[in-house]
Amino acid sequence: MGTVHHSPASQSRLASIWHRYLFSTDHKVIGMQYLFTGMAMAIIGGFFAYVFRMQLAFPGKEVLGYGLVNANNYNMLITNHGAIMIFWVAMPVLIAAFGNYLIPLMAGCDDMVFPRINRLSYQIFLLSVLVLIASFFVAGGGFGGAWTSYPPLSANPAYNLTPNGASLWLLAVALEFVAFLLGGINFITTLMNSRAPGMRMYDIPIVLWMIVIASVLFMGSVGPLIAGAVMLLFDQTLAIGFFDPSKGGDPVLWQHLFWFFGHPEVYVVLLPAMGITAEIITVFSRKKLFAYKTVLFTTIAVGVLSFFVWAHHQFISGIDPRMANIFTITTVIISVPITEMMFVYIATLYGGSIQFTTPMLFALAFLAEFLIGGVTGIFLGASSADIYFHDTYFVLAHFHYTFVPIAIIAVFAGLYYWFPKMFGRMMNDKLGHVHFWGTIIPFNCIFIPLFYLGAAGDHRRIYNYENFPDLMRGHMQDLRIVATISLLVMLAFQGVFLYNFFSSMFRGKKAGKNPWQANTLEWVAESPPPHGNFPTLPVVYRPPYEYSVPGRSSDFWPQNEKA
Amino acid sequence: MGHGQPIATTRCASGVATGKLAVWWVLGSEIVIFGGLLACYILYRLFHDQWSVEAAHTNTLCGAINTFVLLTSSLFIVLAHKAAEEGAHLKAVKFIYLTIAGAGCFLVIKAYEWSGEITHGFTITKSLFWSFYYTAAGLHALHVIGGAVIMAIIAQDVKKKRHMHRVELIGLYWHFVDIVWIFLFPLLYIAK
Repeated sequence: MGTVHHSPASQSRLASIWHRYLFSTDHKVIGMQYLFTGMAMAIIGGFFAYVFRMQLAFPGKEVLGYGLVNANNYNMLITNHGAIMIFWVAMPVLIAAFGNYLIPLMAGCDDMVFPRINRLSYQIFLLSVLVLIASFFVAGGGFGGAWTSYPPLSANPAYNLTPNGASLWLLAVALEFVAFLLGGINFITTLMNSRAPGMRMYDIPIVLWMIVIASVLFMGSVGPLIAGAVMLLFDQTLAIGFFDPSKGGDPVLWQHLFWFFGHPEVYVVLLPAMGITAEIITVFSRKKLFAYKTVLFTTIAVGVLSFFVWAHHQFISGIDPRMANIFTITTVIISVPITEMMFVYIATLYGGSIQFTTPMLFALAFLAEFLIGGVTGIFLGASSADIYFHDTYFVLAHFHYTFVPIAIIAVFAGLYYWFPKMFGRMMNDKLGHVHFWGTIIPFNCIFIPLFYLGAAGDHRRIYNYENFPDLMRGHMQDLRIVATISLLVMLAFQGVFLYNFFSSMFRGKKAGKNPWQANTLEWVAESPPPHGNFPTLPVVYRPPYEYSVPGRSSDFWPQNEKA
Repeated sequence: MGHGQPIATTRCASGVATGKLAVWWVLGSEIVIFGGLLACYILYRLFHDQWSVEAAHTNTLCGAINTFVLLTSSLFIVLAHKAAEEGAHLKAVKFIYLTIAGAGCFLVIKAYEWSGEITHGFTITKSLFWSFYYTAAGLHALHVIGGAVIMAIIAQDVKKKRHMHRVELIGLYWHFVDIVWIFLFPLLYIAK
């Protein structure tokens, strides 16, 4: 990827770069496009978090780099922080970037089955990014009705005061869904049809299974929300009232449509993160994945169950308490397969020769931190406890203990692990360790205080706690300041990552084909792989996790090695 | 980056050809989109008896004729598929054009019907029944237009005996469009 043609005319060189990086149909380039767009959006989303956390810690003071935060700015910032981090960071990086990069390489083929649809998918995604960013600057400002976009607030411009911002935001989300539907069809058909000869069902690396199952979940859950988005758009622009009680509609219907998608969405991003972790912990404990089939069938069980838990977001929306009981039960049940996965991963580590490389540290941290997210979820899944915790910082902290491990920690694990394949060079391990501790420690210092604040009654939609003397007692404001300072530290340490990432791209140690001595097929290709990936397409002879097989001289056994 | 077909596209580990597999997944995602919309409509309808007063004004005859038109066009695309499989490409093109004519006929009847309703005051904002009526049928009509455009593109290829297998793929899609209408017709027209 680093090579550029040295043609005499600089114009044709420009055209070649244009063609190669912006209009390429190569799955690796498209994966990189998604990765870098996602990283840029993460910087915007992180900046928004910085601005509103500063407002919460030091209310009414000017924020460096932004200025004064008024109530409308604050709403716009939290809304778009949430939307960006989920729809424009977690989705494009975890599913689209890793999916695009890894599926053809690990399945042993030369590209996706529909390269041009793949390119179209990214182009629509880019359009959605542009529409979203445009929505911040239109008259009335960006949308501020929370990322869940509940009507009537989101539907009626007289309430949300952002007539243009709200509709553009909705349009951007809808475009993003179209992009991922196109991408998902490519992922599913590629894995179903284009695997290397010899790669049977149980020879597929877990990460590919998980990305594809996540794509199926996305496809199965997003449809009603697309229909809902059309209805909401009509409510906003034509004042129809699908969700307006005064016109015969029902606002709770939107909540059902949104969460019917919104809850499977958690698993859409969780599963790829789990898959990345599976690859990393097997390689760095030099041990076979414990109970491959259990992991696979557990994943499918999670996928099915994830369609039956959505109303646990609506316990205080006036749904029938008998219904709430049912959803409490399904919600608690879904923690069983996830726990099972945790045990399987820990069993994989047990007795292995563990190497604490940077990707391994991030993978282990993902499991540990996600565990906290899962355990605190049980309080919220129980409808009786949720009535108290609903819309407090407890929910917010729980949510971030699931999504930060997924979208940040597991993504770092994957980036450190596959960087040598992507760019042909190693990242600096020392800087990686610095970045790891500089991310994990502040992360916990941000959100543990927020659990406490939530339990003490902090409502999540307040932009200045000085107006609520009951919420200013004791050390509550101090804890808010601790969370904000920790965020600043965590954001500062991301500079270490960015430096490491971009300097290693050009100056890192050459990686060779298989620096981690891993088994899966992507390590058979050159680093970075050329267009077409493999000189001759590989044939698969064995499952992907044959590490430390007794009686062999080397402790790994690539999938494509005949004996 | 040339547009040569990757080897990946020619592989077939599942036993179902890649194009057909992808179309089935597209249809799967379409089913949940229409399914979501229609589920909303049905739930509202069950709890709002007064909607039947509004539904009494829909034109059942036009709806019935359109059902007949769409079913006939589906027959044509099946005949086009049969012709394409036998290698009779010009015959296939003829049947594709007949299918497109069916789509056009459907849209003309729809336009007649809607313009009458709108001039009588039954617009998308009149009541929630009409909102659903225009949203669901409008989304379906967009699929009809999309299908007709894709069929016209495929017909150009088939004329030159290229990509003959795509006749079957568009046929799958066209049957789906037909089936959606089979759901819309009783829900919006017959249930008075």
